[in-house]
Amino acid sequence: MAKPRDDRAWVLVLPVLLLVAFSALIPMMTVVNYSVQDSFGNNQFFWNGTGWFRELLDPATELGGRFFDALWRTLLFSALCLLIEIPLGIAVALTLPRRGWGVAVSLVVLALPLLIPWNVVGTIWQVFARRDIGLLGAAVNGLGIDYNYAQDPLAAWVTVVAMDVWHWTSLVVLLCYAGLRAIPDAYYQAAKVDGAGAWAVFRAIQLPKLRRVLTIAVLLRFMDSFMIYTEPFVVTGGGPGNATTFLSIDLVKLALGQFDLGKAAAMSIVYNLIILTVCWVFFATTTRGQSEAVQGTAQGAGR
Amino acid sequence: MSAAQPGALARPAARPRAGAAPRAGAARALLPRIGLGLYLLFLLVPIYWLVNMSLKTNFEISGGMTLWPQNPTLENYRRIFTDSSWYGGYINSLTYVLLNMAISLAVALPAAYAFSRYRFLGDKHLFFWLLSNRMAPPAVFALPFFQLYSAVGLFDTPWAVALAHCVFNVPLAVWILEGFMSGVPREIDEMAAIDGWSFPAFFVRIFMPLVAGGIGVAAFFCFMFSWVELLLARTLTTVNAKPIVATMTRTVSAAGMDWGLLAAAGVLTILPGIVVIWFVRNHIARGFALGRV
Repeated sequence: MAKPRDDRAWVLVLPVLLLVAFSALIPMMTVVNYSVQDSFGNNQFFWNGTGWFRELLDPATELGGRFFDALWRTLLFSALCLLIEIPLGIAVALTLPRRGWGVAVSLVVLALPLLIPWNVVGTIWQVFARRDIGLLGAAVNGLGIDYNYAQDPLAAWVTVVAMDVWHWTSLVVLLCYAGLRAIPDAYYQAAKVDGAGAWAVFRAIQLPKLRRVLTIAVLLRFMDSFMIYTEPFVVTGGGPGNATTFLSIDLVKLALGQFDLGKAAAMSIVYNLIILTVCWVFFATTTRGQSEAVQGTAQGAGR
Repeated sequence: MSAAQPGALARPAARPRAGAAPRAGAARALLPRIGLGLYLLFLLVPIYWLVNMSLKTNFEISGGMTLWPQNPTLENYRRIFTDSSWYGGYINSLTYVLLNMAISLAVALPAAYAFSRYRFLGDKHLFFWLLSNRMAPPAVFALPFFQLYSAVGLFDTPWAVALAHCVFNVPLAVWILEGFMSGVPREIDEMAAIDGWSFPAFFVRIFMPLVAGGIGVAAFFCFMFSWVELLLARTLTTVNAKPIVATMTRTVSAAGMDWGLLAAAGVLTILPGIVVIWFVRNHIARGFALGRV
């Protein structure tokens, strides 16, 4: 299993390194550079040290308050998305047929939302949820519920979360489905001999086997929901008021709208560090427990 | 179509759910099928509404609710195909998406091979650093990219967008390909070396066909993430290389929103996705697990 050590492998990695250095490292250095400076227009820059960071991380200031508001909103959004999409994704994956013509049809329909450009996803839901010309909006209002995502913050949140569930649950489904397909039939037969019910099979066999793909699913869904920009921007534009102004929407406003380079750069760095930290901690804790889980599965299946 | 599915799907599914008695099992197996059918319906209804609107006139859209077009018209589509600022957007989008796919795969293939076959100085750190770029919000990069590509004279060309999208596509491609390549036994490399194959010849003629599935999956993901991205594509272009997704943001005219036109453009952006899905339909599940189930 051990791979041979050979530092000449660097030659093979070099193209990737150069390309990513050009498209990621240089821009990142620019951001770091801006984050410690202040500009008064005319391309004049002044050293500001950690000033922006101190302002950003202090909720009492205007910038800090705005940042933390957007941060809590984004965290809430990510949490809601994960809480709905992961269980729903597992449930749908369990109901998918394993053979027959239904497989291809279901998979193609499931994959469809994933391949729609994000602003078109926004457009679809913007139209679909409108009370005057949208099927969903008209239906909900027809039921006697006052629903208008352009004015009511709660309705805006429901719309944005529903849109994300519509858009991304399929990713969880497809990952879990691949994981379920990889479970050998022998496991199910052993469970049948033991007279295990559906729930026992799920707990003892399916869930542990899904661990690997679920790790990928949670990571991807956390990253992407935490970075979300286009879809809510198209649907609500961050409104009503600031109700759906997530971090990236706020950041783009700050950077490209107001050209507040120093503040925007400081915010970019903190934003990026939050994602990196959460992903790293999650990845480290789940992979550390993995060897134990595998043993547990083997014992569970053998019993 | 999907409304008819629950019943149709019940038959092949009855077998794997073992344990239950036949009669009680039939009823119990039907329930998840209905749930699945409803879920697929939930996925399709918003798309149906978009298609429905694209076939209506603006007069009919604003006139009231109709579940299907009363006077179906292709006028909205005709306008897109006869206006170069519209169909040019499609060509621009496809250009940078294909460019990005080619660049990403070309650099990711050797790198993924290195990661899957060798240990080398700093390999783990490098791998995580590459992946960490996938975690950088595009919003963070928007402004520096704008300045960088203006400085090197690539602004408003497909190259700018193609290179910018490499930030998230190259790490992903390396990750996917590494997963597939690790599944190919190393004895094959050694045997080829004994038989006198040079490394480049071995890589192209023997190794790449072995990981063809992985290359297909990686290409699929590069296509997908480049095709659906808006923020960077819009920031890095103004006129000449403007992608279709950015063109769509300007359907507001003096007469209000041109909903029919917007819907038609949206439907047309879904089509490439359907074509791509059709090609990979048999590998879709494993592909989305990125080769590491």
